[in-house]
Amino acid sequence: MSQDSQWPVWEVFLQGNPGIPHKHVGSVHATDAEMAIQNARDVYTRRSEGMSIWVVPANSISASSPEDQGAFFEPSNDKPYRHPTFYKIPEGVKYL
Amino acid sequence: MDDAKQLEAFEAKIASGAKIEPKDWMPEAYRKQLIRMMSQHAHSEIVGMLPEGNWITRAPNLRRKAILLAKVQDEAGHGLYLYSAVETLGVDRTELLYQLHTGKAKYSSIFNYPTLTWADIGAIGWLVDGAAIMNQTALARGSYGPYSRAMVRICKEESFHNRQGYEIMMSLAQGTPEQKAMAQDALDRWWWPAVMMLGPSDDKSPNSDQLMKWKVKMESNDAIRERFIDRTVPQAEFIGLKVPDADMTFDEKTGHYTHGEINWDEFFEVIKGNGPCNAKRLKDRSEADKKGAWVREAATAYAAKQIKERAIA
Repeated sequence: MSQDSQWPVWEVFLQGNPGIPHKHVGSVHATDAEMAIQNARDVYTRRSEGMSIWVVPANSISASSPEDQGAFFEPSNDKPYRHPTFYKIPEGVKYL
Repeated sequence: MDDAKQLEAFEAKIASGAKIEPKDWMPEAYRKQLIRMMSQHAHSEIVGMLPEGNWITRAPNLRRKAILLAKVQDEAGHGLYLYSAVETLGVDRTELLYQLHTGKAKYSSIFNYPTLTWADIGAIGWLVDGAAIMNQTALARGSYGPYSRAMVRICKEESFHNRQGYEIMMSLAQGTPEQKAMAQDALDRWWWPAVMMLGPSDDKSPNSDQLMKWKVKMESNDAIRERFIDRTVPQAEFIGLKVPDADMTFDEKTGHYTHGEINWDEFFEVIKGNGPCNAKRLKDRSEADKKGAWVREAATAYAAKQIKERAIA
């Protein structure tokens, strides 16, 4: 996302309720972080959708590339022993 | 991967129900169509603030005024969700606004009609937002992630708009004979433009097949129109108002209403810029943009000064 002539873009993350992660909801334009938070409040929380807001300059976010998706996440599939279902436990054994 | 393979993977992804995200490969025609649709949608939200804003200072009481203020603020919010979603396709918001202000970009035909009485505010919420909900709930199932997510948010909020409009119409319809006549007059003027705003008939709507396959368009204009009419006619009857369509009949067999002929010439004239308020809407939008320029400049200057002061400290 580019910085256009209407001020830089900030990505907005909201925490909906205590104890749950912040979630991306969209973006706003603002000159600085304070204005970005105020704009995010007005645009994304008019009906108590959030109790905490994070704003991040869009150009500070690095992301994995969709083209490499397969190769990049592939190694996880080679390691099924990371999942509890990999292990055979006899019936009758409790609390495992 | 070559383009044919990319396209195959892209279409398979959409067919599986997965969303396309901003950094994913997409055909140029898909990107272009989305930019066109989403920006028109965003423009419609902010131009839509104008006919309703017209009545904020003259709302009949404080309750109605607070509601209308909240509704118009929501429309601004909807515009911003949508501009934010279009920007994920690499377009500059300034460029989109420039296209709107110079008449190059379109917005919904409906906002080129005037709001002559207070009842028009009721008619807009009930009919215009009602029709928009039909369209938007379909679009929320579309394939482009950011657009679909914006639609989900918007649909949640539109329901309030729809109900407050119906409540205004109901109050007027239950009032004095003059008030009831005012409600009927608003319905008479807004009914056909609302029926038309869902777009031309399927036989007049080009490119629909590919757009449906790519889940840019989810349902045909006529299917959405039928649903809107089926739901709205009984709502009018319930409050003793009459939909201004002498040829409308209810088909017992299909369970649907059959409407009279739609004046598509009027629709295309309004789209071309010859509606009652096209010139006024563009003028008001451009003026608002110009009048706000000093605020944007001042904020930019203030931000620059803050950075400088921090550097010195």
